[in-house]
Amino acid sequence: MSTQQQPAAPALKEWPLWEVFVRSKQGLEHKHCGSLHASDAQHALQMARDVYTRRQEGVSIWVVPSAAIAASDPGDKGEFFDPSADKIYRHPTFYQIPDEVGHM
Amino acid sequence: MSVSTPVACAPVTYLLHLADNALILGQRNAEWCGHGPIIEEDLSMANNALDLIGQARLLYQYAAQRIGNGATEDSLAYFRDVPDFRNYTLLELPHSAPLAATARGDRDYATTIVRNFLYSALMVLLWERLSTSTDEQLAAIAARSLKEVQYHLRHSRDWLVRFGDGTDESQARAQAALDHMLPYTEEFWTDSAAEREAVATGVGVEVATLRADWDMLVANTLAVATLQRPAASNGYVSQGKQGVHSEHLGFVLAEMQSLARAHPGASW
Repeated sequence: MSTQQQPAAPALKEWPLWEVFVRSKQGLEHKHCGSLHASDAQHALQMARDVYTRRQEGVSIWVVPSAAIAASDPGDKGEFFDPSADKIYRHPTFYQIPDEVGHM
Repeated sequence: MSVSTPVACAPVTYLLHLADNALILGQRNAEWCGHGPIIEEDLSMANNALDLIGQARLLYQYAAQRIGNGATEDSLAYFRDVPDFRNYTLLELPHSAPLAATARGDRDYATTIVRNFLYSALMVLLWERLSTSTDEQLAAIAARSLKEVQYHLRHSRDWLVRFGDGTDESQARAQAALDHMLPYTEEFWTDSAAEREAVATGVGVEVATLRADWDMLVANTLAVATLQRPAASNGYVSQGKQGVHSEHLGFVLAEMQSLARAHPGASW
């Protein structure tokens, strides 16, 4: 067996990455389910259909160029998220929700 | 489960022709499993193969029920020999240029895509017509299969356009595959005893009547893909659906049937 490193497949070098969101039959919203390489949006949709909905997972697909997603920096975790840890009064758990309101 | 016999019945030979088409192309496309050019296409082609094998199963089950005498979907798929198969010759060819025989290293995705396109374009038209067949069971199988081949057509058409209107290399490969495979589609429009009987009994479709629509579908796609349709030749017209096959089908069957024949009646 060769120990020589295989160069990355051209597709992985040349095709941009897309994030895939699928809405399930019962679901109200599209949920992130993974990513794939594709040459354009149409191509990404078709591949998402074959990769992520082959077991009847979905009724609708969104694809978004990964490069278009602005993400928070893991290094900012402390200042971004920790301050909310001790502010339980921000959860509406001190109210009784009337039955008629139903799912919130 | 008892299945009531429909009023109109497709001839068994006609069912086998449709089933063999689906099984042989499904088996061929499944060869890409684990070898696809990229992982997404690997899954996609496996999905395609499973769709086709699923169609074949429904047709074999129906045919077996009609044949009786202990016939099953497995006996029809795994215990018939080359001359018994009634698939188009086009569908048994390897995924490679002519004369490449069974060499696996030479598998060419453009060939796969061109064949899937040419066949799906026909089956979209044929399943649509058969979905109103007077044979209700065949009509139900057709309605289900139609949705699957509509996607196969979309997938293969999309790739064909990308290859044709792509790089010099992809264009050359797509054109070569087209030049190689298109002549085999002449077989679509020839007559066979099974099809004649199916038309006569009112359950089948006279395939020649689909030719104008098929030609238009192919012409439109080739135009977008900037590919040239090879000039019609008066060469040999393949006769797979009459049971006269190329040298390739024997290899396909050897691989596909060997396990079932080594362990007849085995179950998981």
